[in-house]
Amino acid sequence: MGQYNALNIAWNALRGHKNWQRAWRDPEPKSNYDVIIIGGGGHGLATAYYLAKNHGITNVAILEKGWIGGGNVGRNTTIVRSNYLLDGNSPFYEHGMNLWRDMAQDLNYNVMFSPRGVMNIAHTKSQYDTFARRANTMRLNGIQAELLSRDEVLEREPIIDGSADTRFPVWGGILQPDAGNARHDAVAWGYARAADQLGVDIIQNCEVIDFIKHGERIIGVKTNRGDIHADKVGMAVAGSSSRLAQKLGIRLPIESHVLQAFVTEPYKPLINGVVTFGAGHFYVSQSDKGGVVFGGDIDGYNTYAQRGNLPVFEDVIAGGLTMMPCLSRLKLLRNWGGVMDMSMDGSPIIDVGPIDGLYLNTGWCYGGFKATPASGYCFAHTIANDEAHELNKAYTLDRFAKGYTIDEKGMGPYPKAH
Amino acid sequence: MIRINCPYCGEREHSEFTYGEDATRTTPDNDAPMEEWNKFVYERDNPAGEHIEYWHHAFGCRAWLKVQRNTFTHDISWVGLPHENPEAES
Repeated sequence: MGQYNALNIAWNALRGHKNWQRAWRDPEPKSNYDVIIIGGGGHGLATAYYLAKNHGITNVAILEKGWIGGGNVGRNTTIVRSNYLLDGNSPFYEHGMNLWRDMAQDLNYNVMFSPRGVMNIAHTKSQYDTFARRANTMRLNGIQAELLSRDEVLEREPIIDGSADTRFPVWGGILQPDAGNARHDAVAWGYARAADQLGVDIIQNCEVIDFIKHGERIIGVKTNRGDIHADKVGMAVAGSSSRLAQKLGIRLPIESHVLQAFVTEPYKPLINGVVTFGAGHFYVSQSDKGGVVFGGDIDGYNTYAQRGNLPVFEDVIAGGLTMMPCLSRLKLLRNWGGVMDMSMDGSPIIDVGPIDGLYLNTGWCYGGFKATPASGYCFAHTIANDEAHELNKAYTLDRFAKGYTIDEKGMGPYPKAH
Repeated sequence: MIRINCPYCGEREHSEFTYGEDATRTTPDNDAPMEEWNKFVYERDNPAGEHIEYWHHAFGCRAWLKVQRNTFTHDISWVGLPHENPEAES
């Protein structure tokens, strides 16, 4: 299949680009694998890649019910950051930042990682104080953070309404300068191609219908393309976790909710980095193609539908227009929804069990995209060694029963509030 | 757009309501074992399909309602008061 490089592009260009090969194979499923990963989203693909690369386990199948890049990995707002507060989260996401920085070289695929800075805006003195606390905590954890004055905020993003009589005047901000965006589809394709080159079978249009058990142990899965056996079965099916776990009689600490995202027509450069509004829920960045990409709150009711409703749509747009009034002139191109695993404390689960032979990766709420490399890295380690990596040891399933929840927002067991 | 037929006010649109939660959960006894409380507080059925849930007519009559809604299609098949159940209706 060969490496992607400049010589390769030139050679193919001279031949009219007729000789490019497909980026990954389309194998028939074998009857037996060492490891099956259910779910060919970002996390599943990254897991398979790191299983092969870091742990030498290459007899791996990824079973994807749709196609690669068709789920949440292609539905997010592409933001990559690690500005977390709590101990269970900070090292995990910061390790992810390190993987993001090297990802394009590592995968030999341009994931267009662009550390253009993530800036959260404060509108009151007390909000600014909590940002100062967050920035200090981040720095103590070795994560870059800067507090910004009102003028510095407006200098970075001139289109923010800086007038004194606006409803929520800007007080200041917090910036993670090395955070930013990546091209979400490229992340999926890059991991898929790299995993495939290491021998992983990516099997699309293959839906898991049930699990195969031997005694109390899971030994494989029944799919619409036949039975497939494996020593270990990993679940990375955010959005469908409860439905799949239900087949095993497991109730997860998860509710499914829909999060909407929006993109405008392409425009000239307008927004420099990632910006979040502090007096509502609105986050925005501009893609390299020029589309203004933004999102806000989840719709707030249990749903498995990949589309949302208009009240939240209006609320998101209202927040955006309050912060950046000039956005009112832009034409919206598309709006879509993705189904989120909203967990009971707003943090994910990467764990062994709860049944022998099963491994869980779930509960990403709406922060799953940024976690893609770290999640794959840690989930691969967890599957290969039957125990958590240092970085995901806090993400256990039994933390709820034991009282070790990781609740960044301090909302308690109300998934719609995280 | 979700529309809910409030027993007091008639059919009103989504923006008048706020979502409560799964209405099928029952609070364990005070002296129930910790395990049961853990299940009650943290675990959910989270069904894909028919879901019985509470909605609050927050910007209307302020009544709490029980609603049966499909989590795939958002179709609402039954609306009642909190002490009622869809089975009893049919």
